[in-house]
Amino acid sequence: MELLVIGLNHNTASIAIRECLAFPEDILEDALSKIHTLSSVKENIIVSTCNRVEVYIATRETEKAIYDLKNFLSQFHGISLKEFEKSLYAHVGEEAVRHIFRVVSSLDSMVLGEPQILGQIKNAYDISQQTKTSGLILHRLLHRAFHVAKRVRTETKIAISAVSISSVAVELAERIFGTLKKKTVLLIGAGEMSELAARHLVSAGIEKILVTNRTYERALALAQGFRGEAIPFEEMGQGLKKIDIVISATNSPQYLIGHDQITKTMKDRRQKPIFFIDIADPRDIEPRVGDIENVYLYNIDDLQKVARENIKDREKEAQKAETIVQGEVVKFVNWYQSLEVTPTIVALRKKFEEIRKKELEKTLSLHPDLSEKEKQSLEALTSAIINKILHTPITLLKQTNEEAMTDLYLDALRALFGLPEKSLETLLKFEEEKEKEDLEVKDAM
Amino acid sequence: MNIYFFKFASLLYLFGTLAYLVYIIFLKGVLSKIAVTIVSVGFASHTLALLTRYVEAGYTPVTNLYESLSFFAWMIIGILLIANLKYKVKVLGSFLTPIALILMLFAFALPKEIFPLAPVLKSFWHPFHVIFAFLGNAIFTLTFCCGVMYLIQEHQLKSKRMGALTKRLPPLNLLDDLSYQSLKFGFPLLTLGIITGAVWAEYAWGRYWNWDPKETWSLITWLLYAALLHQRLTVGWRGRKASIMAIIGFLTVLFTFLGVNLILPGLHTYTNWK
Repeated sequence: MELLVIGLNHNTASIAIRECLAFPEDILEDALSKIHTLSSVKENIIVSTCNRVEVYIATRETEKAIYDLKNFLSQFHGISLKEFEKSLYAHVGEEAVRHIFRVVSSLDSMVLGEPQILGQIKNAYDISQQTKTSGLILHRLLHRAFHVAKRVRTETKIAISAVSISSVAVELAERIFGTLKKKTVLLIGAGEMSELAARHLVSAGIEKILVTNRTYERALALAQGFRGEAIPFEEMGQGLKKIDIVISATNSPQYLIGHDQITKTMKDRRQKPIFFIDIADPRDIEPRVGDIENVYLYNIDDLQKVARENIKDREKEAQKAETIVQGEVVKFVNWYQSLEVTPTIVALRKKFEEIRKKELEKTLSLHPDLSEKEKQSLEALTSAIINKILHTPITLLKQTNEEAMTDLYLDALRALFGLPEKSLETLLKFEEEKEKEDLEVKDAM
Repeated sequence: MNIYFFKFASLLYLFGTLAYLVYIIFLKGVLSKIAVTIVSVGFASHTLALLTRYVEAGYTPVTNLYESLSFFAWMIIGILLIANLKYKVKVLGSFLTPIALILMLFAFALPKEIFPLAPVLKSFWHPFHVIFAFLGNAIFTLTFCCGVMYLIQEHQLKSKRMGALTKRLPPLNLLDDLSYQSLKFGFPLLTLGIITGAVWAEYAWGRYWNWDPKETWSLITWLLYAALLHQRLTVGWRGRKASIMAIIGFLTVLFTFLGVNLILPGLHTYTNWK
């Protein structure tokens, strides 16, 4: 079994291509099931965010799986492979593990350390569970990934960099307006980054929050969270006349706020300064808006640039995160490689243990007058003999890296000791692992 | 006697300027307190210098360039201290004190003797004229500093750099507000200065307006500030445009004050300041 990820992200593909290949939630289950029917795919999960579209699979035929998935993407979305093949990347085995660990830890994000991606991947995983397209391997992979994300977040200052973007927004607002009391902020669209920024502004003294969204209900729900006020999307232009700070984070493919509109708005506002924070990608606000007098426009990259100046040892933190990821990759790969071997070892031990117990019982029933102490000695003796016998073959099995040799040994063991088939064991193993993991995950969350 | 006070005040302004400059570099609150204290003592000494000179001369000591420069500097420091009370803009001193110091050093190089008052300057209107005019000018100096700070700060924010300067300068809105407030005080004072001048001119020269270079340039200055005030009130001019205008306005103030005396001789040119 091999792990494979195929996909594209903000570094390799334009927003247009990303959008063409995206899997919105309403078609996600359908896509998962369709991928699952491919003969080369054993397990699959789709991660689709505005910055990346990735399919994680477990497969026995790596080359065929890559080929099948490429064709699937092309057919499912109805665009020819030529248009996006160059943007695709594929990582196999250890590289795939490293990739998802980096993604989930936000090391591969546009905004380094942003908190959103973890939730997005958890969501993707939940859906794959519902459609039953993820199994043992991806299950374990994802749970390890969440564990890595948690470690990176708590052990490095990477996440602070994302938080500091919000603080930079607050700092800039204070450079423009002085005190933020009696100032109003308008939230367009939603997203973790924009909400984080809004929360920071509130704690800095912002008096009033207006929220707008294409769907009014969402705006209402969001507004409640901030004790703010929801306004219909159509009245946004009207709202711009009164507010001081705008945070925009919608998925709109075109600009929501244009140069001419704001030029006019500024006249209506009698040139009162306005501060735009554009967190969206693609941008919601036409960049030229920033050229207008008394208008200050910062997009996420600008904020990050400023934040970067603030965090001197950021490189060091990223390095630390990469080290954590590397350590976890090694751990995962070890587990992953032992996957083939462990069930046989367990079965082997089980077989020997059964024999031992049976023979011990026989002996004990022949000598009913043995003392408790003597019984225990016999117990210890037989266990020790079995452990000594099994020690060498098990060590050898665990240490063999070569797949062909491992297979040879496993087959030999199974034949010599009449062990049950591997697939059945894998299933048993799966249940056992799952229980263990679930405990760990609860712990991690 | 007045000269000693004047020299002592100059020395304190020098130390005050240094303290303010160190403050703007290290941004330690205690430094600004030290600076304010030094400058306040300097101001007290300067006030004594003017009072003793008034007593010694027997007239309001704003009759020649030395006296005018000293008076202007005194007004600027006074405005700074008042602004410090109302606005928490400590960094203002780092801009205004050096300007006052330069005026003082300039004055330092000029003859400081007390001359008998030229007959034309003997007037009831003289003190009113100079106090209004210089108070207006001093307030416009504050407007000018706000304009300069605004332009720097705005440039930082527009170019998306949060450099060392951004932290050191006040928020844009505060600067604009201070700029507007000072304009609202400065403009009526300048107007009063010109009116009292005109009335005095009627007594002294027999005509309200003589198109003497000083008068002409005062009018130009007045028109510029009137335009700025008008634009602020009606169209909502602010920020960048208002700052540039305030800077141009201050340059004409300087020219009216110094340039006219040095380059364009006229009725306001007196013999005894060379």
